[in-house]
Amino acid sequence: MIEVRAQSSELAAEYGLKPAEYDRILDMLGREPNDLELALFGAMWSEHCCYKSSRRLLGQLPKEAPQVLVKAGEENAGVVDVGDGWAIAMKIESHNHPSAVEPYQGAATGVGGIVRDIFTMGARPIALLNSLRFGHPDEPRSRYLLARVVAGIGDYGNCLGIPTVGGELFFDDSYRGNPLVNAMCVGLLRQDKLTRSAASGTGNLLLLIGNSTGRDGLHGATFASANLEGEGLDKRPSVQVGSPFLEKLLIEACLELLDRHLLLGLQDLGAAGLTSSSVEAANRASSGVELDVAKVSRSEADMTPLEVMLSESQERMLAVVAPASVDLVRAVLDRWGLRSDVIGRVIEEPLVRVLDGGRACAEVPIAALTEAAPSYDWPAAPAIVRDGKALPRDPLTLLADPNICSRRWVSRQYDQTIQAATAATDDADAALVLLPGGKRAIALCTDGNFRQDDPYLAGALAVAEAARNVSCTGATPIALTNCLNFGSPERPEGAWQLHEAIRGVADAARALGVPVISGNVSLYNESDGGPIRPTPIVGMLGLLDDVAKRCTIAFKHEADTIVLLGPPSGRLDLAMEARVQGVLREAIHRGLIASAHDCSDGGLFVAIAECCLQASRGAAITAALDYFDESPSRVVVSTSNPEALRSLGVAATPLGIVAGQTLSIASICDLSLDQMHAAYDSGLERTLIRNSELGARNP
Amino acid sequence: MKVGIIVFPGTNCERDTARAIEAVGSQPRLLWHTATEPLSGCDAVVLPGGFAHGDALRAGAIARFSPIMPRVMEFADSGRPVMGICNGFQVLVECGLLPGALLRNDSLQFRAEWVHCRVEAPVWGLQPGAMLRLPVAHGMGNYFPDASVPKPDVVLRYCDAHGRVTPQSNPNGSFDNIAGISNGNVLGLMPHPERAISDVLGSVDGSYVFQALVRELVAA
Repeated sequence: MIEVRAQSSELAAEYGLKPAEYDRILDMLGREPNDLELALFGAMWSEHCCYKSSRRLLGQLPKEAPQVLVKAGEENAGVVDVGDGWAIAMKIESHNHPSAVEPYQGAATGVGGIVRDIFTMGARPIALLNSLRFGHPDEPRSRYLLARVVAGIGDYGNCLGIPTVGGELFFDDSYRGNPLVNAMCVGLLRQDKLTRSAASGTGNLLLLIGNSTGRDGLHGATFASANLEGEGLDKRPSVQVGSPFLEKLLIEACLELLDRHLLLGLQDLGAAGLTSSSVEAANRASSGVELDVAKVSRSEADMTPLEVMLSESQERMLAVVAPASVDLVRAVLDRWGLRSDVIGRVIEEPLVRVLDGGRACAEVPIAALTEAAPSYDWPAAPAIVRDGKALPRDPLTLLADPNICSRRWVSRQYDQTIQAATAATDDADAALVLLPGGKRAIALCTDGNFRQDDPYLAGALAVAEAARNVSCTGATPIALTNCLNFGSPERPEGAWQLHEAIRGVADAARALGVPVISGNVSLYNESDGGPIRPTPIVGMLGLLDDVAKRCTIAFKHEADTIVLLGPPSGRLDLAMEARVQGVLREAIHRGLIASAHDCSDGGLFVAIAECCLQASRGAAITAALDYFDESPSRVVVSTSNPEALRSLGVAATPLGIVAGQTLSIASICDLSLDQMHAAYDSGLERTLIRNSELGARNP
Repeated sequence: MKVGIIVFPGTNCERDTARAIEAVGSQPRLLWHTATEPLSGCDAVVLPGGFAHGDALRAGAIARFSPIMPRVMEFADSGRPVMGICNGFQVLVECGLLPGALLRNDSLQFRAEWVHCRVEAPVWGLQPGAMLRLPVAHGMGNYFPDASVPKPDVVLRYCDAHGRVTPQSNPNGSFDNIAGISNGNVLGLMPHPERAISDVLGSVDGSYVFQALVRELVAA
């Protein structure tokens, strides 16, 4: 018998539930919920867990393609076939709010969480990427956040032995109080080792593996779904603390258990901890679960059942194990020095029953927590689209701008070569990671815009640019993952931004023929300074059949002709974008071009300068064009055979030739490589060091 | 030739190292840190990179107490080759098989980049003056010597692309640009030769180091 105390909708509000949602709970249960039950609803009905403000909109995204093995939303990550019996699992996820409050642990545990989503699928994590946004680096707090976020990402991923192969970093005032930390993980698996998370088979046992359970991260899911105003920064206890060493042991132990077919299902504990992992696992199997919180190893004394159920202590996994296999499973876990507790079992009735030492303290139908979760269509109204801050037009100032200059200060803190599979591509538009056998490779990048206020274009351009980056290596884009970072959807302009951005992502993904296989929505990214700029981020996966034919951005040969592939200027036309990328890939496969570089922020000038800097070669540019124009669908290529590019079916405008040690563009610049290196290479470092308190101090 | 690769909890370069050893025609054998039987079946032992025991306390400080370490010490005392890469170098220094200490990088940041190293001593048949391009990836690679013990041979020094030993080419602030040292049959180095064994990875110079290890086996 469940004990119930008198409730009120005020208490419900503490768990992030709206009055109407509370009424709905009363209707479904036919009684008052107790504290714990209310907390289960609060967690499962948060935006973070049930996507209540975005679920309907996400239906527009194209999810189907022949190569898709696990679709978006089905499991912890999407999976695609990459041939030869291999598959790739990938996903991107935000950890924005925790990183705003405690940047080092927030970013580190963001990496930890996304890595667990990948090895849960039976995949060995082979690459990490990220996408970061901060306020302008002239602000001390932005510099502090940047330094600690980068250290957190690096320390966690480096220790796990997963190369961080790519990412992006931009600064804009709208992220001042609410930085963005999006982490992406990519895993490799044999298709026959694909693992599901369903808790099926009545009587099978639930084994909690890894870290002990403490109070860290309590209410993380509801915290992540609220605004970061004032008191938000006092929420440090809501931020989890990570241990990459423990996670490394979990990866190896779980992959060994899956390899030996000792687990029936595996699910990581992320937001809302034991609550969401057990409820989701049961939901996927249309079964139920019975958990006894008294069996959960604790790191703190006197924890209540509610605290155990909602704890977000890191590095924990929930495994479904047949009773006959438990001893074998435990022997493997013991060898890896990992704790495990049998905390419950799969039951037939489709409900979650929480016991405390045998005494029932919550009982809620699984469907009430999942399918019955609310879904909102917030009223939307267009907002005024202002243009982002223009970039400087002085060539050297532009090359040194924090949003343009080299990211080496960041990337050299990330191990990029571990696993000995990262192809040497200098700073190519996308990273190439070798598949087993060493001939084929996957191409990976993240992309998002940082000055685009038109949310439709922000979504469409993120997809188009990410695919273009991948195409610049010669690889064909085959799947994408997306992280949608927005302010509150409860304001009409916020809802409109979300609508429009998803429409943009969907249109572009369809036009380019790339399925969306996973993703994450992060709303309520607001602070005292207002909402962030709409920031859809895309992680792109491409496939390259022969890594020997890879293309990089550096100009290769003196006197090669530099050609602009694509329309010299114009607005985004997705059909044209698809044509340009197709032509580019064909030209690379046929060996017609020596280098290719996507043209985006800072226009043609920055694109050409980067091709020079990577090559330590100059260029003499003579064509009369606006070299700072940022029109889409353009790629700077170099070739010894410019004639061959003319007949490919898209505009190919000769710009000049690769020449000497100076970049000269008529009427714009005449810069030596040394001058450009001085501006570009250490632009970020100079911005950061200028103010010199980089380090652990929290201003 | 059988090359034992010691795997501690938190080691993360054992697979890469095994592949590099296979590539020079030897057979790698992964050895879990709790093994206590003698390493007599091995012709050489490699301690690979990673974060043994999470680098708790100090890199290598816990690993030196692993049950397998007395066997590694015996193996080294018998004169057979032992190589420590990155975290493995840190373990060799902590357990006393190599002198000195590896401090935090002078930048106080993790450093992952491609570096050039110059071979300084003819250890294991390596040619002094040879230039190697290898990746480093570490937070504690700042070698500091122990003045109270005989000096080890300096095997590798960080240098620029032209072979000049300069402060700018040193990624971690190590004393005298030291990247690797040796005490006869025990060699420790911070760069990762196992990640530089094919052109597509950016360099084949790492193979040269593993070939040297195999040559040492043939000679021994």
